[in-house]
Amino acid sequence: MINIGEVIETNQMVERENLDVRTITLGISLLDCADADCGRLNEKIYNKITSLAKDLVKTGEAIENNYCIPIVNKRISVTPIAVVGGSACRSPEDFVTVAKTMDQAAKEVGVNFIGGYSALVSKGMTAADENLIRSIPQALKVTDVGCISAYLGSTKTGINMDAVRLMGEIIKETAEATKENDSLGCAKLVVFCNAPDDNPFMAGAFHGVTEAEAVINVGVSGPGVVKTALEKVRGESFEVLCETIKKTAFKVTRVGQLVAQEASKRLNVPFGIIDLSLAPTPAVGDSVADILCEIGLEHAGAPGTTAALALLNDQVKKGGIMASSYVGGLSGAFIPVSEDQGMINAVTDGALSLEKLEAMTCVCSVGLDMIAVPGTTKATTISGIIADEMAIGMINQKTTAVRLIPVVGKGIGETVEFGGLLGYAPIMPVNPFGCDAFVNRRGRIPAPVHSFKN
Amino acid sequence: MNKVIITVVGKDTVGIIAKVCTYLSDSGVNVLDISQTIVSGYFNMMMIVDMSAANKSFAEVSEQLDALGDQIGVSVKCQKEEIFLKMHRI
Repeated sequence: MINIGEVIETNQMVERENLDVRTITLGISLLDCADADCGRLNEKIYNKITSLAKDLVKTGEAIENNYCIPIVNKRISVTPIAVVGGSACRSPEDFVTVAKTMDQAAKEVGVNFIGGYSALVSKGMTAADENLIRSIPQALKVTDVGCISAYLGSTKTGINMDAVRLMGEIIKETAEATKENDSLGCAKLVVFCNAPDDNPFMAGAFHGVTEAEAVINVGVSGPGVVKTALEKVRGESFEVLCETIKKTAFKVTRVGQLVAQEASKRLNVPFGIIDLSLAPTPAVGDSVADILCEIGLEHAGAPGTTAALALLNDQVKKGGIMASSYVGGLSGAFIPVSEDQGMINAVTDGALSLEKLEAMTCVCSVGLDMIAVPGTTKATTISGIIADEMAIGMINQKTTAVRLIPVVGKGIGETVEFGGLLGYAPIMPVNPFGCDAFVNRRGRIPAPVHSFKN
Repeated sequence: MNKVIITVVGKDTVGIIAKVCTYLSDSGVNVLDISQTIVSGYFNMMMIVDMSAANKSFAEVSEQLDALGDQIGVSVKCQKEEIFLKMHRI
């Protein structure tokens, strides 16, 4: 029988240490919505999303009440729209109508975000892919809850440098198109290498073409829980440190497993994966940087940061794998800047640079995330940063991503406020030397030698 | 069995258990186990109850216990048992 100590421990995790289920994400296949007519395509997409997801929010709230565990977001991911809209959308403007439809459908069912306005271009771009990518600035300008991603490279395909170059320009255009809101559009736009098909997190969630008709993916989070657990083992050996992280990750993942199973049962939709991610929020005590400090660093970014993060990421995965048979590919520690008060402090105090963040992305769960840079940063420089990050993912066979916000009208030392879970960020300096000639080459970087495994 | 864990946290005062148990009895909820402890100066009580014969839904009981807690000046929480079993048992 459950004892009072266990009950108190669980409830303290929720009440004091910000344990939460970050998201229940309902993946919906839109492959059967494809149509040659743009109006009919939009109608089918709207109807499918609003019928399949009509009970998602209500079900999420019921689960919250049953277990007293907050489920912060309810989200939807759909099949990449460049695939679904390929035959109907002949121009970027046509694709924007789909973005609006998705936004309306998401608002109708009351979810926080909808992802899947995406193009998979890791090797090459179709005309539809390119039209969708060119529609991104406008799509982000006219929608509120839509998130957009582009898949630019993988270990198997290499890196599509034409798409990398184009995305540098698109990120700049998006910043300009949403400059009234501090270039907020870029906070909902991410590019990936080795993107997982079942990611529940935004902005990168999409419902892969290999997925079922509908699927429930759950993301759990609890940096505060890990931090509190580590406070009790200060000065102990690495073995004790690792054991503590693993045990905590196990407990947190089990909560996600329960929520995922319940949501799956109540919505009659198969369960896909749980992503156990230490995903920080701007709330005090909900920080991955604070965990790194608890492990023994004066600040995130100090020498030792990459090793500490590698250790943390690995133990989180090990604990999570024991807790659920279906653990998602992104499980580990996220290191966004604007969403993590400890990271923000590290940048403000000069402990953390863009280059150190890049090193950290070699061992964290995703990549360069929610980093504000000067609005004057050149498109080719952004493409260069993306190419670097894609290369890390390609060579290390891991998922990497870039979500940079070149804030129009702001420079180094200023701060940009995104609000809510997106937080705020100091504008970080970017290496001023150019890479135009590199980025302007045509074609793609070939797949690395270790991709030849057949 | 439909096991639910009820936790009561707050400043100790006369009649907390009596009031909660009276409500549970009126609602057809059977108490299986009660334990209590003091954590950081706060009264913590945990009850394991069986709601399979309850004459109200889980949501109603949860809401009404929350209101009762407000009257007594303590926080009362109702959670299905699975969250604790999942987290603390392999």
